[in-house]
Amino acid sequence: MEQVQVSVTVNGIRYARAVEPRRLLSDFIRHDLGLTGTHVGCEQGVCGMCTVLIDGQTARTCLTFAVQADGVEITTVEALGTPAKMHPLQRAFWEKHGLQCGYCTPAMLLTAVELLNSNPNPTRDEICEAMSAILCRCTGYQTIVDAVESAAGAMKGEAR
Amino acid sequence: MSAPPVKEHPTDLRWIGQSMKRVEDPRLLTGRGKYIDDLTAPHVAHAAVLRSPHAHARIRKIDASKARALPGVVRVITGAEAAEQTGPLPCFANPPVAQRCIAVDRVRHVGEAVAAVVAESRYIAEDAVDLIEVEYDPLPVVVNPEDALTSSGDAVLHPERGPNNIAHQRTLTFGGYDEDLRSADVIVRRRVRWPRSGAQPMETVGAIASYDEGTGKITIHANTSMYNYVGWLVAASLQIPAHKLNIIPTIAGGSFGSKIFTHKVLVLAATLARACGRPVKYVEDRLDNMTSCDNHGSDRIYELELGLQRDGTMLAFGMKVIDDYGAYLQFGVGHHGNAAAQLTGPYRIKSARIELTAVFTNKCQQGAYRGFGSEVNNFALERIVDAAADELGISPVEIRRKNFIQPEQFPYKIPTGNVYDSGNYQAVLDKALEMADYHGWRLRQDEARAQGRYIGIGLASCQERSVFSSTEFWFWNHEPGFALTSSPESVNIKVDPTGKAFVTLYSPFWGNSPETMATQIVAEQLTIDPADIEITYADTDHGSMGTGPGGSRYTVMIAGAIAGAATEIKRKLFKIAAHFLEASERDLELREGRVAVRGTDRGMTIPEIALQAYYFRLSLPDDCNSGLDARFTYDHPYTTQPNADRTDLGVFYPIMGHMCHIPIVEVDIETGQVKYLKYVAVHDCGTVVNPMTLAGHVRGGTVQGIGSTMYEHFYYGEQGQLVTANFADYLIPTLKEAPPNIEVGHVVTPSPFTEYGIKGGGEGGRMGVPPALASAIEDALKPFGVKIDTLPITPMKIRDMIRAAQQGVH
Repeated sequence: MEQVQVSVTVNGIRYARAVEPRRLLSDFIRHDLGLTGTHVGCEQGVCGMCTVLIDGQTARTCLTFAVQADGVEITTVEALGTPAKMHPLQRAFWEKHGLQCGYCTPAMLLTAVELLNSNPNPTRDEICEAMSAILCRCTGYQTIVDAVESAAGAMKGEAR
Repeated sequence: MSAPPVKEHPTDLRWIGQSMKRVEDPRLLTGRGKYIDDLTAPHVAHAAVLRSPHAHARIRKIDASKARALPGVVRVITGAEAAEQTGPLPCFANPPVAQRCIAVDRVRHVGEAVAAVVAESRYIAEDAVDLIEVEYDPLPVVVNPEDALTSSGDAVLHPERGPNNIAHQRTLTFGGYDEDLRSADVIVRRRVRWPRSGAQPMETVGAIASYDEGTGKITIHANTSMYNYVGWLVAASLQIPAHKLNIIPTIAGGSFGSKIFTHKVLVLAATLARACGRPVKYVEDRLDNMTSCDNHGSDRIYELELGLQRDGTMLAFGMKVIDDYGAYLQFGVGHHGNAAAQLTGPYRIKSARIELTAVFTNKCQQGAYRGFGSEVNNFALERIVDAAADELGISPVEIRRKNFIQPEQFPYKIPTGNVYDSGNYQAVLDKALEMADYHGWRLRQDEARAQGRYIGIGLASCQERSVFSSTEFWFWNHEPGFALTSSPESVNIKVDPTGKAFVTLYSPFWGNSPETMATQIVAEQLTIDPADIEITYADTDHGSMGTGPGGSRYTVMIAGAIAGAATEIKRKLFKIAAHFLEASERDLELREGRVAVRGTDRGMTIPEIALQAYYFRLSLPDDCNSGLDARFTYDHPYTTQPNADRTDLGVFYPIMGHMCHIPIVEVDIETGQVKYLKYVAVHDCGTVVNPMTLAGHVRGGTVQGIGSTMYEHFYYGEQGQLVTANFADYLIPTLKEAPPNIEVGHVVTPSPFTEYGIKGGGEGGRMGVPPALASAIEDALKPFGVKIDTLPITPMKIRDMIRAAQQGVH
């Protein structure tokens, strides 16, 4: 199949690649760029596992073709923090037990980043509204909401 | 084996009981988890599977020529070709039911594998799947389990097993059941329907298999469990000797029972890799998983009866149960053995009967899902207890209180023969009632009803059997005797020359916290700082017996194994320290990483002793060899043989947890929506290793239980099509369907038989919700006389039942 050039910035690094037009952005990120922190759960846009930030907004990469990402800036979980230097949201998920198997966690984190970027002081209801975009099968969600609430507080403290 | 000795449990614990942050989390939080689809192999090829569109059909002809001609296709393999080298899949039923990684001649459910393509990319493999032409001769389809009882001719799925679709039938009677029913003042009867739902973790099942022609060895990386228990059965399917197969575990993105073995995917990937002579990666997509996974759960129709005295004293509990096992019998009818572990719940019921009929239908075969059949029994028992309370005019609280096994009666033998080790059910109930403000809500409920609002208060007091042993699979067999397995668990602890602890587990991470559990328990045993403990997982080449997580067993079993290995390490630490300190071992103590002479400041740290142990053999006592490590295999603490006629199943699941769930809901009678005003879950899992992670299991399990109760259904249409084969139709609870605050409480009744008194708690949430939530909704709708005996009780069904009641239609 004919290939198309795509140029995309992921986590601050610019990648130029030739891809088939049908290649999913999720496969591009995971298998072409090797950034496997972004996961795949249903490949039909329901579960949200494949969520990344495209130009700061959450997007489901299983419903996006790589060629559609030409010229955009993508943020994946790998850019948030490292085990040695975690993002406040990662620390809060750790503290509050906001994960068990960890499979939905990258999507949850990026969804929370988007929320807190636009609304640094969310109410618990606003957190629930935003985080309900992603399925989690392990936690029952409560500690995820706790974690986002706690991180919002911590990030305010750090910003001061 | 009689009851094991009662253990003395230490009380001055440093690490056990702490809500320690999980050791697993940093890599998972930062996207560095390495699940199966994150791995690759040099020169790997990718597989996709053609699946049957028919529920039941003969495969007349497969023409794969167009698929084979597609550029980038490496191989196309049909069932007949696969069967040239690979035999039937492992099966735990007796007699076994032949199931294959790719169907041969005949398909028995929608989604069964018909052919597999290996190609240079998954995209090409999927293109090629669409080019395979198959001619089918459709056969009669069996969907309704009650129809399966009378199937004949071509509707029989496995003619070699008999002339109908009855997979297994047996009646077991425990105690004087008929006499007890005759002496009962009332017999309450109910028909209960439990529908098929499934674990559906966010990650599907996958494997990367490779075949090394040089060594003749097959290696499989997979998100599987039980590889160190029955991994050799995969080798048997592949028709190779066990030592020519190595299974390497990856972490799993959730299991809930679904990845207990995953042998279909392991055998398929290995078969393809061997045929291609290249590594092959096969990861199910969601459709593959939903139509052909190992996690479709129980699918039962019960006719229940409970005999009681007029004052509410329960006498006898019996059931006729038909279970729709689907097209194959992967784990036998073990789910009903599991339920027999706690058949009569927390109650002093004298006798019981199970009339089991397991049937074959044209659906995906059942597998394992959180509860493994016991959650269904909890639902059945608690529903009929509620019905009895209603008929006798006794409150749901009082009928339970009146019948609870009392704390001084433990160990308590229930009619089936299983023993409950310990418990305090009254204390759990009292705590739950208090946390929920049960009596206050009863008053508020009356006030709300006066205002036209429908508040309901639910209650379930359920068992959570823990620490699985495999007996439950075998006692349904008609053969009188069998050898008993203990389903052991192993660990290896190496303290290296620098004093760090390397802990090897023989079972995987599948979403639980094995590394955190092992770290806390090793830290407790050896007084080593958790930061100095490293946990790794062994493959089968380097494995020891490890049955793995499942049946809420892992924490208890790994605690026993760690205590055993640590005891050996400590023995050597003390021996060497005594030698250097010129002291008697009896005068030494291990505190904070140091072996010291009691009452003095003379001592040696673990690193100091370890350095001597590794490098300075000639300085050691004469009977010490070099090194400092120990491997220990811990056997199940308490199992006994069933008797020949199965009037007594023996002890097989004695480490008995308990829970009380109280949901307080408000039902919108116009929309059928259920809103949570409060949700209380009090559990008794004995000694708690990590309260934070246990609460995580309880909450997560509770929301899964809400899914099973209200939303999730693998619904097969008349022609055997799985109508709900995606997440848009199979409704997993989102954050919006979860209670905003599940209040978790604990009562601690330590097990007398396990290390530290720990009991398992992995399944509890899901095992308590269905009866509790059904009773809450039923209570809210009491003015309408609505009865809930069939799940899932979706908002639409709730609304329909209200409408029917309003129009006087029953």
